[in-house]
Amino acid sequence: MSILTVDFGSTFTKVTAISSEKILGTAKAFTTIETDIQEGLDAALTSLNSEIGPREYTHKLAASSAGGGLKMVAVGLVPALTAKAAREAACSAGAKVVKTYAYELTPADEQEIYDINPDLILLSGGTDGGNKEIILHNAKRLAAMDRGFAVIIAGNKSAATDCADFLAKTGKVTVTCENVMPAFNQLNIMPAKNAIRALFMEKIIEAKGLGEAAKIMSAPIIPTPLAVFEGAHILSDSLGALMAVDVGGATTDVYSMASGYPTLANVTQKGLPEPFAKRSVEGDLGMRYSLDALVDAANIDSEELASFQVRCAADPSYIPIKNTPDKYLDEMLCGKAVDIATQRHAGYLERIFTPFGETYYQLGKDLSQVKYVVGLGGPIIYSDNPKAILQNTIQSGESLKPKTPKFLIDKRYIFAAMGLLSRVNKELALKILQNELTEV
Amino acid sequence: MNGKTLVMGVIGADVHAVGIKILSHAFGLAGFNVINLGVMVSQEEFIEAAIETAADAIVVSSLYGHGEMDCRGLREKCDEAGLTGIPMYVGGNLVVGKRNFEEVEKTFLEMGFTRAYPPGTTPEKGIEDISKDLGIT
Repeated sequence: MSILTVDFGSTFTKVTAISSEKILGTAKAFTTIETDIQEGLDAALTSLNSEIGPREYTHKLAASSAGGGLKMVAVGLVPALTAKAAREAACSAGAKVVKTYAYELTPADEQEIYDINPDLILLSGGTDGGNKEIILHNAKRLAAMDRGFAVIIAGNKSAATDCADFLAKTGKVTVTCENVMPAFNQLNIMPAKNAIRALFMEKIIEAKGLGEAAKIMSAPIIPTPLAVFEGAHILSDSLGALMAVDVGGATTDVYSMASGYPTLANVTQKGLPEPFAKRSVEGDLGMRYSLDALVDAANIDSEELASFQVRCAADPSYIPIKNTPDKYLDEMLCGKAVDIATQRHAGYLERIFTPFGETYYQLGKDLSQVKYVVGLGGPIIYSDNPKAILQNTIQSGESLKPKTPKFLIDKRYIFAAMGLLSRVNKELALKILQNELTEV
Repeated sequence: MNGKTLVMGVIGADVHAVGIKILSHAFGLAGFNVINLGVMVSQEEFIEAAIETAADAIVVSSLYGHGEMDCRGLREKCDEAGLTGIPMYVGGNLVVGKRNFEEVEKTFLEMGFTRAYPPGTTPEKGIEDISKDLGIT
């Protein structure tokens, strides 16, 4: 058996050749999505062949985040309920969820969505038999928008048909699936996740210019974050509860594989149940395309930083050289991105006062017992001090981030490839991951 | 099923779990679609659940004597959240001490509750009143 995995990234197309034992070789070339994606793939394969010689592959598997990835917007009713459930579903499908909206979409929201220009919108709202008014209003507003997005309807089943009719009238591709929250506080994200995956294969791949590349693969192309998600999933089968952080140019993604149940006494779990396998995407925490937003979120301000931001904006492929002030700033900001993204991902305690004294509500997942944190993505794996960056995942204040984790890094950038490989050979993918990840 | 949805729960830091189970069961048998939020329910949770499920009424239980403190402001928050005029019911051991119930009832009606019930009220009484108020024949 020999397997080829391809990861069409926004900048690089990465190829990995795997035998039935180990990784034979990896190579990369610039992604050529503007002209013909095949050129970049051929260049990467040529370079791989020069390293390990030409060969035939029994499986060719691919993931893609080229062309901005799978850009989505989630729409729901109450922020902590259906809007959150919709976001959760979209994140778990590997989408880049740019923004989540609650209640009626306003003209300002509509303008924002128009500007985001998403590939897909996940529309939810109301439990089955519950509120219909808001989802119907939002379906009408989305139908009226002159954009080519497709819509997945995963809200109140009593309103789904009417929503689909409104959207179909203006030619929007729509898919209806089960409600993301069929009954109060019941999370049901699998049907929406599957619908997103199916639409990604059928429509988005073609629209992103990956149609030809898809034909030579032995399985449908999936979004890269989904491949990473599956990599993290199999790794947790052997390592136990873990967290993974992927810092990129546009977003910071956090994955956790843990039940997240309360571990402290005197704590009551509140809010929507959390999935065991959870992914969150922070669109305002990126090292280049969203650097300005990251600086805002980190709430830091200096002249050096301002001029660094200008340099990054002028050239998003800018990589500072070692031992320069810019390198220092870059690493410091990467640490901030990790800190804030994991803070948002993990749950937190809310102190409440009762007639019997103080007690706590836990909102979100308690990740304090997580044993491993895996660092992914260029800014972490090519850092001079990845440990210092990953230490930002450690608990402080009322947050329920990991307390005493060990840190691993994906030095050779193989995580997504192993997620893909796990689809045909789980054991091998796990074995390679265990060998390749280095503790820092 | 009578097509009416009730959101019910035990408000505040109160953990009395038995009564609400009985109520939820009784109202369910009477044909209501019951969303039982259980114990230790905050005002915000009542409201958020009522919005998503398009509830026809909110039913609040309080057994531990701090009902007055826990219920204050619920009507105003409902108004803010767009649940204007939603019927609200409350029952249990609403206050500590020996205040007579007329006085207690007045306090809760002034707070915006549609009806308030003293200890020992049977589920049937509540079912009868709420059915009437919601126009179930």
